[in-house]
Amino acid sequence: MTPVFGTNPPQGLITHVPHAERLGMHLVELGAGFAVIRLPYAPELVGDPERGVVFGGAITTLLDQCSGLAVFCAVAEIRSIATLDLRIDYLRAAKPGRDLIGRAECYKLTTNVAFVRAAAWEDNESDPFASCHASFMLGANATTSPLALFIASMKKQPSERSR
Amino acid sequence: MRSAIEGFPYAEFLGVEVIHDQDGLVLVMPFRDDLVGNARLPAIHGGVVGAFLELTAAIGLIRENPGRRSPRPINFSVNYLRSVGPHETFGRAEIVKHGRRIANVRVIAWQEDPDQPVAAGTGNFLL
Repeated sequence: MTPVFGTNPPQGLITHVPHAERLGMHLVELGAGFAVIRLPYAPELVGDPERGVVFGGAITTLLDQCSGLAVFCAVAEIRSIATLDLRIDYLRAAKPGRDLIGRAECYKLTTNVAFVRAAAWEDNESDPFASCHASFMLGANATTSPLALFIASMKKQPSERSR
Repeated sequence: MRSAIEGFPYAEFLGVEVIHDQDGLVLVMPFRDDLVGNARLPAIHGGVVGAFLELTAAIGLIRENPGRRSPRPINFSVNYLRSVGPHETFGRAEIVKHGRRIANVRVIAWQEDPDQPVAAGTGNFLL
């Protein structure tokens, strides 16, 4: 069985999400309650042509995707999730022409809500260009996400998980 | 009448167009399969919804300040109110405060019924 967690996670987790696949997102690392994704630079993502800077909304998409995956990797059972809110701080402009790395961590789970913090950078986690907080409703609708089913089908036994 | 947004690659990528109604500028994002986040519902990707709101705010400010540099987002907050289905999405921005250096903008997005908003956003921009 292919392990879900680790530095070589199955890219099927991305190809289940049409828009993430369209952007060419690449899963870098998954762990219990966290996810790291790379968003390749593309000219079509630019919001400020004078500077070649990627539009903030594309960064929102990266961090929303990371955050949702982090929640799926944190919950014990298969559940549907829905983003309740997401707030992003743009600490500086992302460097033009560079791939963007996003990392999200689900730091608190309650019965109904998951809380996530996330950040994005080019080279160095200690020099992020964006910081984000989001909350997710658990069991938000009757239709379980294909992504949740896919993760559940591939999750290792809890005893094999490393933190 | 609809018009495309030129000179804004990300707006072109999302396929967003501009219309005017009696209350002013409205942005329209036609549905496209590759905007979907959850294929089973189907629902538009939450990131795309957030990006559309932020785009609506930015275009609102650009139209308010023709000729100035692009407004730079400081922060943006999105509340997701309903599932965003496979339909056209509309967005309207309201500039709450337009200062000398900072503008605060509120945005609302809806699909089939303007009285049933699907998402709301608010953000601060450096002018």
